[in-house]
Amino acid sequence: MKRLWEETSPHGRVLIAVLLAVLAAAPAFTDRYVLTVLILVLYFAYLGQAWNLLMGFAGQLSLGHALYLGLGAYVSAALWLHLGLGPLVSLVPAVAAATACGLAVGWLGWRFGIEGVYFALLTIAFAEFTRIAFDNIDFVGGSGGLFLPVEPERAGEWWNLRGGPALFYYIAFALAAGAALLAAWLRHSPLGYRWLAVREDPEAARALGINVFRARMIAMAISSGMTAVGGVFYAFYSRNLFPAQVFDIGRSIELILAPIVGGLGTVFGPVIGAFILTPLGEALIAVTESLGVNAPGAKAVFYGLALIAIIYLRPNGVWPWLAHLLRLDEPRR
Amino acid sequence: MTALLSVEAVTKRFRGLVAVDEASFAVEAGEIFAVIGPNGAGKTTLFNMIAGVFAPDDGRILFGGERIDGRRPDEIARRGIGRTFQIVRPFPALTVEDNVIVGALLRADGVDAARQHAHELLRRLDLYDRRARPAASLTLPDRKRLEVARALATRPRLLLLDEVMAGLRPTETDRMVAILRELIGGGLTILLIEHVMRAVMALATRVLVLHHGAAIAQGTPEVVVREPAVVASYLGAETL
Repeated sequence: MKRLWEETSPHGRVLIAVLLAVLAAAPAFTDRYVLTVLILVLYFAYLGQAWNLLMGFAGQLSLGHALYLGLGAYVSAALWLHLGLGPLVSLVPAVAAATACGLAVGWLGWRFGIEGVYFALLTIAFAEFTRIAFDNIDFVGGSGGLFLPVEPERAGEWWNLRGGPALFYYIAFALAAGAALLAAWLRHSPLGYRWLAVREDPEAARALGINVFRARMIAMAISSGMTAVGGVFYAFYSRNLFPAQVFDIGRSIELILAPIVGGLGTVFGPVIGAFILTPLGEALIAVTESLGVNAPGAKAVFYGLALIAIIYLRPNGVWPWLAHLLRLDEPRR
Repeated sequence: MTALLSVEAVTKRFRGLVAVDEASFAVEAGEIFAVIGPNGAGKTTLFNMIAGVFAPDDGRILFGGERIDGRRPDEIARRGIGRTFQIVRPFPALTVEDNVIVGALLRADGVDAARQHAHELLRRLDLYDRRARPAASLTLPDRKRLEVARALATRPRLLLLDEVMAGLRPTETDRMVAILRELIGGGLTILLIEHVMRAVMALATRVLVLHHGAAIAQGTPEVVVREPAVVASYLGAETL
C-alpha cells in the first residue's frame, strides 16, 4: 500500500486527495436528487471495478454478473426477512453463495477449454436460468418479488442499513474507494502480473510456469464475491427485489459499461466511466420527463450511442487518454 | 551420470502423420545441444512434447531423472525448463520490463526482487533502454531477445530455444551467439532448434538431425555435417 502511494506522482496524489475530499464533503452541499445520482455513480464504479478484475485484468468476459449481484441481494434480503439476520452478518453467506456459483461457472468453462465469447455465453446462460429459477422459488417471493418491510421503529439502525441517502452515499463511497484501492494493489501484486500475462497470451503464460486455470479462478472468486457485496447494498437500498430485474441480462450489461467506457484493465477506468455515464443517463431521463416525453428506452439508446462513440474515438477507454493529458501515466521508479 | 534431459523413443502422431518417430537423445548438463532438420521434420513437435504442450503417444521424457512427459506446461516450467516460441509470443500490451517481470515472478520473492532480476536480464540482452515500451512496439530481433530474456527470467536449468536466430542479420546472430555462450558459462544447459547453420556450428556441442520425424544422425557439428544422409536430406551438397 505504501509503495502504491510512493509510486504515484505528486500531482496525482493531489488529484486523488482532492477527489476524495470533494466526494467526502458532497452530502453537505448537494440536494437529495444529486446525492441519489452520486450513489448510483459510486455503486456502478464499485461494480465495474469488480467486473474489471475478471475482464480487464484476467481477460475473461462475463456477461452474467447479474447472477452474483442477484445472489448477494437475495441471500441477504431473505436472511433478513426469514431469520432477522442483519446485512453485516448475512454478507458472509451472500458472498459465499455468489463466490461458489462464480467458481462453479469458471470451473465448468475453463476446465473444459471454453474461453472468450463461448465463456461469455455460458455466463449469460447461468444468469438466465437462475432468473427463471428464482421466479419459481416461493421462499423468496417468486416472480412476485421480495419486499423488505419499512418498519419505522428501526429507522435509525444504520448497522442494518436503515437510513437516509447520506448513509447509503457514504457506504457506496467506501465501497468504491475500497474497490479502487484493492484493484490498484492487486494490479501491482504478483497475482496482478500473472493475470495480465494470462489475459495477453495464456499459452505464453503457461510456459512461464503460470497455472492459467488457477489464476482465472482466483479472479472469478474475487470478482463474484465483490459483486455480491454490491448486491447486498442494492437489496437494502432499493428494498424490493424481482428476479426479472435483478438477474436480468440488462443488469449484467449495465454494470460492464463503466469500465469499458472508462478503460478496461485500468484502475481508474471504472470510476471515470461511472462518472461519465451515470449522470448523463440520469440527466437524459430528467430531460425527457420534463419535456413530457415518455421514452423508457432512451437511457439504453444513449448508453449504446456512448459505447459506439467511445469504441470509435477512444478504443482503449477514456482513462488512458485522460491520464496522458494529466501526465499521470508515467510511473516513477 | 544421468543426463539432464533424456528423450527415449518418443513418438507423436497427428492422425495418420507420424510427426516424431521414436526419437531418442540425451542432453548433458552444461551442453548446447542443437536439433536441426528440414521444415516439417518434427523439431517443433519434439519441443512441444518436452515443454508439455502435448504428451507423446509413445516413449518417455525424463528431466533430472524424473518423468515429465504428459505433465502440464506450467508444471514443467516450474521444474526448471524455460522455452521460447518459434513465432514469438510477447505479452503485447505489457511493457518490455513487465514481460520479463512476469517470468521472474516464478522464482522471485515479490515484485521488487522480480524487477531487479528483470533489469539484469534486460541489460544483458541489450533491451534495458527499451524497457518502458510496450512489447508490441519492438522490432522482430528485439522481440526474439525479449523472448529469451523472459524465458531466462524463470531461472531455468534447461532452456529450449526454438529458432531464435531466424530473421536475424548475421551481426545480430553473432550477438545472440555471444549472449548464449555467456549463459552457458553461468551453468545453463541449452537445447536449440536452429536453421541458421552459422549459429549451430558456432554454438552446438552436439547436433541431432531429424528427417521425417526420425533421427538420422547425431554427433558433434563437424562430424554431422559430413554425414552423407544429412547432406542429402537437409544441407544440400554445396553447403560448407
